[in-house]
Amino acid sequence: MPDHDLAIVVEGLRKRYGSKQALDGLDLTVRAGTVQGILGPNGAGKTTAVRIMSTLLRPDEGRVEVGGVDVRTRADEVRSRIGLLGQNAAVDEELSGRQNLEMFGRLYHLGARRAGARADELLARFGLADTGNKAVKQYSGGMRRRLDLAASLISRPGVLFLDEPTTGLDPRGRMEVWNAVRSLVGGGTTVLLTTQYLEEADQLADQIAVIDHGKVIAEGTADELKSKIGGDRIDVVLHDVAQLARAASLLPGDVVVDEDRRMVSASITDRMAALTEAVRALEAAGIEAEDIVLRRPTLDEVFMHLTRDDAEVAA
Amino acid sequence: MSEATSESSGTGSRLSWAAADSWTMTRRELAHWARQPVQVVVGLVFPVMMLLMFSYLIGGGQGVAGDFKAYLLPGMLTMTMAFGLEATMLAVTQDLGKGVIDRFRSMPMNQGAVLVGRSVADMLQSVVGLVVMVAVGYAIGWRWHEGLASFLGAMGLLLLLRFAMLWVGIHLAMVAGKPELVQAVQILVWPVSFLSNAIASPESMPSWLGTIVEWNPMSATATAVRALFGNPGAGGDSWAATHAELLAVAWPVVLIAVFFPLAVKRFRDLSR
Repeated sequence: MPDHDLAIVVEGLRKRYGSKQALDGLDLTVRAGTVQGILGPNGAGKTTAVRIMSTLLRPDEGRVEVGGVDVRTRADEVRSRIGLLGQNAAVDEELSGRQNLEMFGRLYHLGARRAGARADELLARFGLADTGNKAVKQYSGGMRRRLDLAASLISRPGVLFLDEPTTGLDPRGRMEVWNAVRSLVGGGTTVLLTTQYLEEADQLADQIAVIDHGKVIAEGTADELKSKIGGDRIDVVLHDVAQLARAASLLPGDVVVDEDRRMVSASITDRMAALTEAVRALEAAGIEAEDIVLRRPTLDEVFMHLTRDDAEVAA
Repeated sequence: MSEATSESSGTGSRLSWAAADSWTMTRRELAHWARQPVQVVVGLVFPVMMLLMFSYLIGGGQGVAGDFKAYLLPGMLTMTMAFGLEATMLAVTQDLGKGVIDRFRSMPMNQGAVLVGRSVADMLQSVVGLVVMVAVGYAIGWRWHEGLASFLGAMGLLLLLRFAMLWVGIHLAMVAGKPELVQAVQILVWPVSFLSNAIASPESMPSWLGTIVEWNPMSATATAVRALFGNPGAGGDSWAATHAELLAVAWPVVLIAVFFPLAVKRFRDLSR
């Protein structure tokens, strides 16, 4: 595959902070024009990886190329091609939204006139035109995030890094950010997005890399990852919590009990046969089911499964 | 695809971008002032209040011969410069905490511009602070007795001290990275300031303390400024007291020589 198809190439990335190995040989390739999700628990190394890819941090070992340009040796060239949305809002709280965007535009060397025009354009696009002259410290969390996103798009970057873009936002703010990301991807931008929310990766990412302890432990599309833990599941919701254990013993395969939701969930192979058997077994045992659902596994289950395996290997 | 790659890589254009970026960063600080006029006014009024307090309320001046106001004003100007350390530290700490520095560092701008913008803005603020203090001093009866060149020389020495405090402040802020240390420094500048001849003469102190006071960089600046204004000095015949002009240049130059490279290195090491 010719290199220009790859927006990001990461090879053997290592970074150590004192006794903690934040990245332990991370490899990753991201094709141009796609959304790459990086999924991992807190402390898995997601932010460290993004900071290295976006020139903020030097790796101890390994190589990163963004658009075919090495981030260590040609940092300035990389900086003119990327946009970064970090975990903390990287805007000046004391200034207005418009002042922020205009300042960043000047620093991207657009010149005063174009910087002003670009600021107005982005404020309008992110629904901040009315509040553009208010100080950012008066903004809501969602507005601040949208301004931050607007700032990272000033130079029309080919590659956009989003480090946990919706952490700390309410559901409404989250939807706003998701919609903004979707509209960007339509425009051909390559997006690398880290998240702890499986739903977010599922919603936005074409490809997902699950990382834990500083390296990739699984990779693929959301569907591929879901099929990795053995296909479909059956969920049975009961009327009576007391019957959960008995119901669990009647179901086949890998069974999970969720008391809060009065639910048992089991992995299955043959959908129709499993459904028939479950209904029959429950009826014979006199257990009344409120709801029975056949479904694909969620990314949550994939994630728990993968990180549990990893812990067992490490132990 | 990218709009930001219009610059050529020639040294001349790189220099002019460095200047443009530094000016953009300076304008950022000026915009902060425009948005927080109250804070700016408080910053200017505080040293004025101290000047008035020491002139009229506490007054007298320990061991100072002659007109205390004439002795006090150069001391207060020096203290104002030294207290600039806090302002610089506070601003740098806040920037580092907010993540906005990360955005600057991820942009293809001149990286030194962040620090240059900070210094230009802080120096401008200090010039305004000096002008206000001198005007108030004039209003309450302080006079300088030498020519304009001496007056400007005195201002130059004060700003040199402020410039040294600027780089000490940037370095300390980056070492600490947290507002807690700023508080510690805010408390410590008081005893350090009082351990100078800014307000009292070392002649009035036990001799071991007087020696420490005479070697305080603030004392050197205050003594040199008093001489340039033609105001009464602190007296004393030690080497430090009689070579105050030399020390008023040497101290800040040494501090800058030490802390400027350290601060720049710290800034670069943000990527470590």
